[in-house]
This record gives sequence, structure tokens and C-alpha cells, in this order.
Amino acid sequence: MLQGWVIVTASFAYIGLLFAVAWFADRRAAQGRSVISNAWVYSLSLAVYATAWTFYGSVGRAATDGVGFLPIYIGPTLTMLLGWFVLRKMVRIARLNRTTSLADFVASRYGKSALIGGLVTVIAVIGILPYISLQLKAVSTSFQILLGYPDIAMPPRAGSMEVMQDTAFYVALFMALFAIAFGTRQLDAAERHEGMVAAVAFESIVKLIAFLAVGAYVAFFMYDGLGDIFARASGRPDLDVLMAPLGGAAGSYANWVWLTVLSMFAIVFLPRQFQVAVIENTDERHLKRAAWLFPLYMLAINVFVLPIAFGGALHFPPGTVDADTFVLTLPMAQKAEGLALFVFIGGLSAATGMVIVETIALSTMVCNDLVMPLLLRIRAFRLSEQRDLSSLLLDIRRAAIISLLMGGYFYYLLAGEAYALVSIGLISFAAAAQFAPAVIGGLYWRGGTRLGALAGLLAGFSVWIYTLLLPAFAKSGWLGTEFVERGPWGVELLRPTQLFGLAGLDPITHAMIWSMIANVGAYAIGSVIRRQSAAEHVQATLFVDVYQQTGEPGSSWRGATSASALQALVGRFLGPARAVELFTAYARLRGVKGVDELEGDRDLVRFAELQLAGTIGAASARTMVATVAQEEPLGLEEVMTIIDEASQVIAYSHRLEEQQQELEAATQELKAANERLKELDRLKDDFISTVTHELRTPLTSIRAFSEILHDNPDLDPAERQRFLALVIRESERLTRLINQVLDLAKIESGLAEWRTAELDLREIVLEAVHATSAIFKARGVAVETRLAASVPLVMADRDRLTQVLLNLLSNAAKFCTPGSGRVQVRLAGDSGGVRVDVEDNGVGISRENQALIFEKFRQVGDTLTEKPAGTGLGLAICRRIVGHFGGRLWVESEPGRGSVFSFDLPAAAAGGDAGRLVANA
Amino acid sequence: MRKPSLRAYRIVSLFLLGCLLFNYPVLALFNVGATAGGVPVLYVYIFVAWGFVIALAAIVIEGGS
Repeated sequence: MLQGWVIVTASFAYIGLLFAVAWFADRRAAQGRSVISNAWVYSLSLAVYATAWTFYGSVGRAATDGVGFLPIYIGPTLTMLLGWFVLRKMVRIARLNRTTSLADFVASRYGKSALIGGLVTVIAVIGILPYISLQLKAVSTSFQILLGYPDIAMPPRAGSMEVMQDTAFYVALFMALFAIAFGTRQLDAAERHEGMVAAVAFESIVKLIAFLAVGAYVAFFMYDGLGDIFARASGRPDLDVLMAPLGGAAGSYANWVWLTVLSMFAIVFLPRQFQVAVIENTDERHLKRAAWLFPLYMLAINVFVLPIAFGGALHFPPGTVDADTFVLTLPMAQKAEGLALFVFIGGLSAATGMVIVETIALSTMVCNDLVMPLLLRIRAFRLSEQRDLSSLLLDIRRAAIISLLMGGYFYYLLAGEAYALVSIGLISFAAAAQFAPAVIGGLYWRGGTRLGALAGLLAGFSVWIYTLLLPAFAKSGWLGTEFVERGPWGVELLRPTQLFGLAGLDPITHAMIWSMIANVGAYAIGSVIRRQSAAEHVQATLFVDVYQQTGEPGSSWRGATSASALQALVGRFLGPARAVELFTAYARLRGVKGVDELEGDRDLVRFAELQLAGTIGAASARTMVATVAQEEPLGLEEVMTIIDEASQVIAYSHRLEEQQQELEAATQELKAANERLKELDRLKDDFISTVTHELRTPLTSIRAFSEILHDNPDLDPAERQRFLALVIRESERLTRLINQVLDLAKIESGLAEWRTAELDLREIVLEAVHATSAIFKARGVAVETRLAASVPLVMADRDRLTQVLLNLLSNAAKFCTPGSGRVQVRLAGDSGGVRVDVEDNGVGISRENQALIFEKFRQVGDTLTEKPAGTGLGLAICRRIVGHFGGRLWVESEPGRGSVFSFDLPAAAAGGDAGRLVANA
Repeated sequence: MRKPSLRAYRIVSLFLLGCLLFNYPVLALFNVGATAGGVPVLYVYIFVAWGFVIALAAIVIEGGS
């Protein structure tokens, strides 16, 4: 059943299925219900890593050196463990910068340098061509072998027939058409290919199932389980050595380690891996699933490699069948036609997936980072004046895809037969690894410069050409082998495969060691040799500190331009209709009615640059935007401005902080004031109720006695006289009380009238003592004055001061025991002021009451048994009067031993008057 | 700077464990002609260790914080 037409039909049916998957995914994406925004699909799409090289070549390598192929799959496992850090950072940066490819990414990092982008593109294209040719070789070889069924014959050598009859040529042609159909149907500002990713994820499933099917078939149908295969193989010396091949058949441990390192880089830096892992990533969180699911996929697709290799070696006589084809030839030998066809489809699937993604990634690079920058720079093309370039962009990409596949085909003709599949693939791996220092350094080291990256890439790439590519050409007979065996011009030290005498390593390890030394060394030296430009520094910070950023990356566009000019520019690359759509959406976002109202400010320029970057890459986008907007280079002044702005912001925040503290303090004050007000309010209420109460007492007495007098006209005249005396006394008390309340209120409200004049206190004291002498005499209390010969004058109101003294003296008289009471009035003064003491030997005041007596309506003594003799306002008024003239009134007392009421007053006026003493008259 | 999470330390540790398991001299310990269940111990070791690292990765990375 395996006639040619069956195979071809099955192949096209399968490709058709891939198209259907892609079409479905694209349609869903257009509806906004993406099928690839899914961690499982993302992980499976990463499995584009497993190409026809894995599918056929692993078995080939296993047949010659046992486990030697495994580092290629273990390395990615290790990388994916760190993917959450490294890949996530790259994904974040790529999304913020609308990165379209690996070249764009590197160029962006090093100051949007078109030169770096171009160099990366050249390295990628030259490095990956062998890999593409390997896919062509695998597909055409497997096709020819399958076509030979039921015979198992190795196909003729490449190049031994006419191109027009060569299967590989047609395979290349068809693959180019597939890639064009998948990847270049339209231009997208995001440069994402949902359909392609879905198709790749699908083909990953197919190739895995195909490989597991043939593996299980060989292990469990052809042989009696894994143990059986290895038991049989252990009888064969050539196979027995593969059981413990390390340090022997698989080469040294150094080879093993370097192969691991190589594949650790390859999983990220092969253009197609970068495409699916970074560019096509829709959600950073998918990396979590991929971190274990993708390694699991690698494990699964490798489980049966060794059994198939041993099974094939046991089944076919040595030297008749190429081990690279065991996967296909074993089912054929067993006449398992269906399985053989399925295996072929699996291999085709692996190759197609790789070629489509790789060529799309490379064509984007070629277009955006190589051709466009050149076309835009060469004025003769007048490209910058053309209106619509979007179709030109697509054409460039289509041409690039065809060229790449044709290049791959010719490489296959030239060098394809000289190497086993694995060796060809590893050459490409080593080329991709050259990107590692520039990218990883660029992600974590802010100091990596454009010059360093340029030097590193050039040095690494040159060593790669010298140690790997040239020997490969030599081996294929395209170049004399003399060069490899004896060294250029016979200098043995320069032999490409044993550079500087480093022997005993396989070519890949050897090349990796030298190229990495050259690459990393040049990168480091180039980076420290000269200071970064400001633009480079901006980009470096954007990359290294990507997690600290929020929103869109900054830009150095300063000058203003018009919105219509920018729209026209974007329209030329994305198509006018799409540009109108984008700008209208942007206008809506900014809250203006239409594009006409948009201002051509920095934000708009940045927006336009990002849209362009998503299509033609960062470097070209920058060049194009520069044609309509002015870029003011970020000079020292700008940097200073930025720093100034930053310090202003800091100053503002400091001020804010201070203001906040002030506010808090004010709040505290207000709170305190409020408390005080509440307290005052309470005091006022107390005062009013007290006053009312105090007023009522005498009033009640007056009223009661008046009523008695009124109701009893025949009252005894003596009695009547007594009652009338009481009424008069209570009235006097009432008058006094009202006077004092008014007095106090006046003083407190500041309405009191003060007649201030220079006074000699001695006069006042003597007057007061004289005035109260009657009271003292009546109570039998002795008064004694001890006045200083001369005291300074004080500024005060004579009447008020007399009032104070009278109050103090009458109080003293009141609280002295009649008969034995003694009151002493002392007056002393110095240049600072005058002090008056009124000492009595009365009942005294307890300590807790000493503070209270100066409050309103506070009277000391047992108010139940003794009728208070005063109003309770006297001392309160005295204290306020003394306070008004800048003095203090206080009391010192011990219960039972008397009290001393004292007040002092400052000497009158400053200057010469202050110390003027009044002579004793 | 943000402080690295515990998970970050676990992931890096796992990476280092992987580097250790698939390197000289651990590999050399299994690079002997003996078989386990009919399969060479080197092959068994590599695939078991590989599966082990993948399982740990699934637990550490996908699991809770």
C-alpha cells in the first residue's frame, strides 16, 4: 500500500490538517477567544525544539555512543527550571518593547542599534542554514526509503541527481510555500502568529505519538521488552560498550558537560525557540507549566531512543542500514506498513514544524533588521517617500523564506552527506549559543555596551566559522582537507579542530570552549573600554530593571510633530486602513474625538514608534520615526533635567510629609482647643448655676422675712426691727454679690476699666489697714505693719489694688480667733518688684484647699454648720487683678497655724524709672 | 530590591541539584556495565533522576507559594 501517491496524498492530507488547525486558531484569535493562550499549548509549542533531528537523529547518535545524545535534552530541562526568572524577564521586555525577533531584542538592548540587529541576523541565518538543510535531508531521505518499500535501501547521495528530480528540492519548495502561507499572510503590529503556534503544538503531539508508537512496537512486539533487547545486545562487543559509554564511546565527561551547556543556550537562543518561547508567549504564567511539562515531553520522546537504536543494530547487519533511519526502517522490515507511514508523517511533522517557525522567525529578522534598515538608508530607493510599504514588507519576508529554504537546500547539496544528522544540528546550536553572552549579559548587567556586544558577537561568530563551519566544508570536499589537517599555511598550532593544540575533544566541545572564551572576553572588554552613550544607558536600564517599571517604556523623543504625519508614517508600513484604526483607537483612549485633535506630543510619538517596532523592529522604527519627529539626543543637560525632576519630586514629597505633620499638629491643637471649649462651657454652666444658687439664698431670706412682716402687721416692734435688719443685711449681701459677679465678668471679658498709674504701695497698704482697723478692733484682732523704708513704684490701678488689700485683710480678720488673733502686714521691695504678705494666725487652710480657694464660689469651711461669711468671689477677683498687673497671688498655710497670703508686683516701667526708690516720706 | 521568595530559592536549589545529578562525578558512579531489571544502570539512573527533577519542578513551581 506504500506507493508513491499514497505517501504524497497522506503527506498533503496531514499538511492540510495543520492548515485547518492554524485557520481555526486564527479565527478564534480574531474573535478574541485565543486557543493558544493556554499553558498546555504553550508548553507543547516549545516542543518545536524536537525536530526531525530528534526524530531520526537521536537514534543515530545513540547507536554510535549510547547516552551521548541525552545532554541535548537534559540541558533544556535545566534551563526551563530557571525559565521563571530568565525567560519571564525576556517575555516581559519583549512585550513592553513590542519585540519582533531575537535580533530585534538584542538590537533594542544595545541602544536600538541597527548594526547589532544586522549582525545577529547574519549570524542566525548562516548558523541556522545547516539546521534547515538537515530537515530537508531527513524528509527527503525518509520519503525515498519509504518509497523503496518493501526493499530497504539507502537513498543515493545528495547531488548525484538532477535538481529537478531531487526530492529534497521539492520538499524545500513546498515547505517554503507552507511557511509563506502560515506566516506572511498579513502584517500585524504585534507580530504574533496564533495559527502557527496552534499548528506547531498540534504537530508536537503527532510526532510524540508517532515516536512512542514505533518505540513501543520495537520494544514490545519485535522484542520481548526492554530487558530482552539489552540482554541480546550485551552479547555483542560493539553494543556492549554502549552500556557504560561515558569516558569511552560517548567521549569525555567534558563533552557531556559542554553539550549540556550548549543545549541550555539553544533552547532559548535558537531563533525559533525565541519565537515560540518569548515572542508568541501570551501570558507569563504559562512559563510555570512549561517548566515541567516541556521537560516531561523531552523525557517521553527520548525513552525509546536507546531501545530502538539497539533493536536496529541487532536487527540489521552492521553497515547495511544507516542508524539515522532505524525509526523508519524497523517497522518497514516488519512489514508494518501503517506504522511506517505514521512514522514518516511524524518525521514530516517534526521537520515541517521546525522549518515553518524557523523560517518565519528568520524572515522577520532578515526583513526588519537587515533589509529594511539598508533600504531605508539607501536614498536612491527613495523608500522613505513611498506611501504604502506594507506589501513591500510582506514581499521581503516571502522572498526571505524562499531564499532561506533554497539556501538550506544548497547547503544540503554541498555538505549534507558528510555528517550524521546530529552533527549538523550541533553546528547550528553552537552558532545560536553565540547570542548567549550578549543577551544574558544584557539582561543582568547594566554595564554591557553596544561596543561590547558587537565585539563579543563578532569574536564568537568568527571562532565558530573557523572551528566548525570551515572544517564542515572541508569534510564535504568543498574545501581542501589540507587546511584542517595541517593548519593554514602549515601552521599546526592554528589547526581549526585543535586550535592552539587543544586536542582530545570532539569538534563541538572544542569550538564551544574557544568561541565562548572569545565571545565573553570580547563582550566584557568591549563593555568596559568605553562609557555607554546616554541612549544605550536608557535601554540598558529598561532591560535590566524591567520589573521595576510600570506601563510603557520611556523614550527619548522630545520634539513635537503632527498626528497626521505619524499616522501617515505608520500607515506606510501597516497599511493606511490599519493605521487609521490604530490611531482612532488611540484617540479614543486619550479622550479626544478624532485623530485631528490629537497632539503630536511625546506620548503619541512613542505610541507610533511602538506600533512600527512591532512590525519593522526597534532599530528601523527609530529611524523611521526620526524622519517625522525630532529626536533630541539625551545629552548631559537632559540627564540633569531628569535628575532635577527627580529631586523636585523628592522635595515635593518631603514638603507633603511636612505639611502632613503640620496638619497633624494642628489637628492636635484643635482637639485640645475643643476640649478646652467644652471645659469652659461646662464651667460656664457651673458658674451660672452657682451664681443662681448664691443669688437665691439671700433672696429667699429677704422674701421670707418680708412675708413675715407683711402677714403680721401686729408683730412685736423689736422683732420687726430685727427682721428688717436681716432684710437689709441680706440685701446688702445680694448687692455685693451682684457687684462682684459683674466685676468678675468685666475682668474676665476684658471690659473692665483700669486706671493705671505709678503707685507707691506703702500708701495703699497703710490706707487699707486704716480702713479695716474698725473690723479688726471689732473682732479683737491685733494688726501690725512692717513696711520697708522704701519700695519701688508699681504700675497699677489704685482702687483695684486697695480692693485686693481690703479683701486680704478682711479675710484675715474673718479667720482669726477673736481675742488672740494677730495679723501682720509686710511690705518689701527690691529693684525687680514689690511683695506684700498678709499673715494671720487663724485656722489655716489644708493643702488640698489651697488651690481651690482662688476659684469662684469656693469657700473653705464647713458650709453646713457655718454660714459663709463672703460671696466666694473675692479671692478669684483678687487673683485676676494682681495677674492683670503682671503679678502673682498665692497662699502658704498650715492648718491650725495660720496662713500667709502674698502677692508681688513688678516694679514700674523699664529703664531709669525701674529702680527709682521712693524715699521714706 | 524585592526580597527573593522562598520559591525562588527552591527553584535555584533544584537547578543546582539538576546540575549535580547530570554531571561528573555522579554520572561516573553509574557508568558501569551492570544492569537493573535487564536495563543498564546508567540508562535507568539518567531517566529516573530526570523524572525526579521534573516531578520536583512540577511540585515546586506549580505548587502553592
